[in-house]
Amino acid sequence: MYNVDQYFEPETIDEATALLAEHPNLLIIAGGTDVLIKMHSGKIAQADLLSIRKIKFLETIQKRQDGTLSIGSLATFTQIANDPIIKENIPVLKEAALSMGGPQIRNVATIGGNICNGATSADSASTLFALNAKLKLQTQGGERVIPIEDFYLGPGKVDLKPGEILTEIVISPEDYQDYGGHYIKFSMRKAMDIATLGVSAICRIKNGVFEDVRIGLGVAGPTPLRCQEAESFAKGKTVSAQTLAEIGKLAVKSTKARTSWRASKEYREHLVEELSQRALKVAIKNAGGESLA
Amino acid sequence: MTVNVVGKRVKRVDAVAKVTGKAKYTDDFMERDMLVGKILRSPYAHAIVKNIDVSKAKALPGVEAVLTYKDVPDNKYATAGHPYSLDPKHRDREDRTILTKKARFVGDEIAAVVATDDLTAEKALKLIDVEYEVLEPVLTPEDALKENAPLIHEEYDNNIISDFGYQIGDVEESFKESDYIFEDEFETSIVQHCHLENHISYAYVDADDRIVIVSSTQIPHICRRIVGQALGIPWGRIRVIKPYIGGGFGNKQDVCLEPLNAALTLAVGGRPVKIDLSREECMIATRTRHAFKYKFKTGVSKDGKLIATHITAISNNGAYASHGHSIAMSAGTKFRPLYSFKSIKFDPVTVYTNLPAAGAMRAYGVPQIKFALESHMENIARKLNMDPIEFRRRNLLGEGYVDPLNGNKVLSCGIHECIAKGKELINWDEKKEKYKNQTGIKRRGLGMACFSYASGTHPVGLELAGARIVLNQDGSVQLQIGATEIGQGSDTVFAQMVAEVLGIPVDMVHVVSTQDTDISPFDTGAYASRQTYVTGMAVKKAALEIKEKILNFVWGMTDIPAEALDIEDANIVYKHSGEVVMPLSKVAMQTYYDTVFAKPITSDTSNNARVNAMSFGVTFAEVEVDIKTGKIEVVEIFNVHDSGKIINPQLAEGQVHGGVSMGIGYALSEEMLFDEKTGKPLNNNLLDYKLPTIMDTPDIGVAFVETHDPTGPFGNKSLGEPPAISPAPAIRNAVLDATGVAFDRIPMTPQRVFEKFKEAKLV
Amino acid sequence: MLKKISFTVNGKEVSLEVNPGETLLEVLRKRLGYTGVKKGCAVGECGACTVLIDGTPTDSCIYLAVWADGKEIITIEGIAEDGKLSKVQEAFVEEGAVQCGFCTPGLVLTTTAMVQSGKKYTREEIKRELSGHFCRCTGYQNIIKAVEKSLED
Repeated sequence: MYNVDQYFEPETIDEATALLAEHPNLLIIAGGTDVLIKMHSGKIAQADLLSIRKIKFLETIQKRQDGTLSIGSLATFTQIANDPIIKENIPVLKEAALSMGGPQIRNVATIGGNICNGATSADSASTLFALNAKLKLQTQGGERVIPIEDFYLGPGKVDLKPGEILTEIVISPEDYQDYGGHYIKFSMRKAMDIATLGVSAICRIKNGVFEDVRIGLGVAGPTPLRCQEAESFAKGKTVSAQTLAEIGKLAVKSTKARTSWRASKEYREHLVEELSQRALKVAIKNAGGESLA
Repeated sequence: MTVNVVGKRVKRVDAVAKVTGKAKYTDDFMERDMLVGKILRSPYAHAIVKNIDVSKAKALPGVEAVLTYKDVPDNKYATAGHPYSLDPKHRDREDRTILTKKARFVGDEIAAVVATDDLTAEKALKLIDVEYEVLEPVLTPEDALKENAPLIHEEYDNNIISDFGYQIGDVEESFKESDYIFEDEFETSIVQHCHLENHISYAYVDADDRIVIVSSTQIPHICRRIVGQALGIPWGRIRVIKPYIGGGFGNKQDVCLEPLNAALTLAVGGRPVKIDLSREECMIATRTRHAFKYKFKTGVSKDGKLIATHITAISNNGAYASHGHSIAMSAGTKFRPLYSFKSIKFDPVTVYTNLPAAGAMRAYGVPQIKFALESHMENIARKLNMDPIEFRRRNLLGEGYVDPLNGNKVLSCGIHECIAKGKELINWDEKKEKYKNQTGIKRRGLGMACFSYASGTHPVGLELAGARIVLNQDGSVQLQIGATEIGQGSDTVFAQMVAEVLGIPVDMVHVVSTQDTDISPFDTGAYASRQTYVTGMAVKKAALEIKEKILNFVWGMTDIPAEALDIEDANIVYKHSGEVVMPLSKVAMQTYYDTVFAKPITSDTSNNARVNAMSFGVTFAEVEVDIKTGKIEVVEIFNVHDSGKIINPQLAEGQVHGGVSMGIGYALSEEMLFDEKTGKPLNNNLLDYKLPTIMDTPDIGVAFVETHDPTGPFGNKSLGEPPAISPAPAIRNAVLDATGVAFDRIPMTPQRVFEKFKEAKLV
Repeated sequence: MLKKISFTVNGKEVSLEVNPGETLLEVLRKRLGYTGVKKGCAVGECGACTVLIDGTPTDSCIYLAVWADGKEIITIEGIAEDGKLSKVQEAFVEEGAVQCGFCTPGLVLTTTAMVQSGKKYTREEIKRELSGHFCRCTGYQNIIKAVEKSLED
């Protein structure tokens, strides 16, 4: 039994934000795969829970008229992996979703929970960084939309202000249309594992030249991050093995890897250099480019 | 007697119970007033309890009892699942108390709480105030062996449990005769069994004032003895019941929870108390596999014959003795029947450290020594420019070998055939050719490794097993054994044996799967791959005995001499013609109800096995190595076993599948990690401890070379543990073949591989 | 603060009051006696506690009982009909996919969900669907065989 005292399950977002305003001690729970694990380990000793599971419209995934993709924060990883809109428009997110945990976890874990947990290893995060995703946060008083990069503050810390609920993840059409992408989750096991390194590479190619390259990394620093130097370098360069090699080297420069019992700094940096190239190779193919050896 | 069910793929007798959820494990039994027991564990690897105040915990509503070391007997006992020795010198080291006033590893048991529910128990634990005097932790065997190392068990002069070894011949002389001397060092890591069902037990005092313990144990009879010793009470006052258990792999061949559980129930007036370890507790507070460091110095002739080997071993035993030095000795003994050496010197030392206690785990010391020896053999073959398979073949012993120290004889040996078969299955020659000059990022290679193992512990340990058969009125029988079904399929093979000998269909043999020390014949339990071999003989004897009694009874009924009769398909028949005399059920009814001659027929016998049989086998593996990332993937793997007659091929294959998958984890990903300063466990959970998932497991190929061992009840030899022995060195050798890099440490995690590839300038 | 929930287990309607911190695993095992649902790790890592919730394989150890309100739960006890083993159960028995049996109920349920989906699965897809289940006894080999057999028409 988990040490839970109060428990609320509002059915609308307004009810939820009102409850949060009234009871600031409430902890939001959706799929539970992060919150309950933390309660089991004692990281959270006792909790009063606000379940948002009954707010059905938060499960919606849609593509708006103008091409904006909207993913409800309660969309589960299984849902995202199976959704035709995701598959058609941002299949790289489908790859990321399928790499997360295992089937039972994917069946209940939500993308909103994954983001709000604030782990650098979150399988959705590096891809959402690469897609320039924006997050919609709602309170009783109103809402704000911020880039996902601004949401991550530090290891396990996100800019979720008191009274706020993450409701939607939004991706603009210019950030994904005509792009090809690939996600590599490098982990010790092929399932039920946390990434040792997550690489999400997307690119747009025209006439054998990179028009745009975006690389999101997970577990290469205290928060997910983008590789600005590598990305700037890549723009306008010919798609070639040499360009990729240089991108790999530059990607490492954006990282803040550290040595832990899980992996050494040197190894992590080595993986960044190698895997950013591998991810890009596949992204290039998916973007309609020529296959590189 | 026709051989018609031994050797067949008979359906498991408990498959339906398990597949419907009807099979009951320890946590599935509900007592109306069951209380929860939880343990307060030391946060320090080495510390003395200076003060412990339980008053606040006791005062918490819902708490029924709080015990510290002051509240339990301080008898020192040994926890190892070994038969008791009447010779005190031959006993396991007794260094364990029910609760301790000195913490010797992070997780050591300081106090225990009994409460009405788990939340209350957890709250109570937090209310226990302990003042620790923190001592310097001793976290490596090398540190433990230092001159003035802190003593982990102060009643002894040092941290050495034992350094007993042996020498056959004279290695120094033999080295002088050798053309080459090769030296290597190897290291294995601490791993854990990760059986799906964690350790769990519950205990209560019954209406006859006896302590009853229901436990997930491999060794119910031994458990009873050890609880008696721990409490200091006559063993007959204790009853241990073992229901279905969710795996053990040797971790439940130790008595971990039961003495404390008994103490807890006594503390609450005999009310039932359940101790249900969490996975995190189970991973550090039960047992682990010993990490070993090996040094090999081997003398070889120029034509590739092994002359001598001097082996030095350091066994990291952790905080309490448990199986102690037996593991090292098992390693040093079981490798001998494989290769011919003129001289062998084995210098092991088993050392205490402030880490979780190591104990028995599948193949008991042999995976470690075989990783070292088979890697060493591979290194030597390469240096001699010899084919690694040929080098091994040249040095294999075989049938007729008699061990100079323990007298065990090799009466059957199919190792040559195993090697030939494995080579064929993996397409060795073709692939070796194909992989000759690789340059890409992904490289493939092939490797192999051989092993030898024993069937039971004779002559080191007593090998005693019992079996009782009861004939029912309908001609079916119950088989009662003290041997435990732990998933390996022992219940099923015993049913097959009885059916075979007795001449009745398998489904007329009901095996009583639960062991109850009040009722079940004495048997030391599931370990050493002994049950099919040792208990099997008791089962066979019991079946022969009851058959004789039945036929004698028929003789009395019919005046047809017993020797002219047989039993076939549950009918009494004429041996010479097969003509049915009467159904077995008719005889049985007479034995129960004949007003003059009624005498229900049972047989009850035991087997004291003073023989042993060596089993052999080989692993052939193909790997693909990603040079850049350091990831090693097993592409193909085959185990070929000589375990004599295979009683049930489907169950036997299952054992091999499981053992190989354990070996793959051992080679590539499993490792228990501890903070090197504090000894705190870093990954005692199933996420951070890298147990392979189904997606990490390749197809596993299995083949058997069936020899016939005359000492086995049906020609069979050990099979339960062997499959876990040779996969790791075979994989290591395949990586060497693929990359030219010789790993001397497992697991070969991507981090380690990366570092070694950097050293070798591959990346 | 107890909450009242109503749901069905193996087709049977159940109504009870639960503590919000109670897991579905605890309710199924301790309150309702469905001991076929096993506890292996309590953190959703091993899959032993898997049940079907509205047909979806879910780890019941990290599923709060309050969430089961209005749902249809299937445990291993609900798979055999009138004592007759289902096709999936038969396959597990026939193919030697059962050893200690502790992981078996969860696997049978996940396999049942796969069969019920009507989808076709490649061997790799089968492995992915089962990847939330640990087994230490079988090396997964015969489990894959059992699942392939279950999926056969």
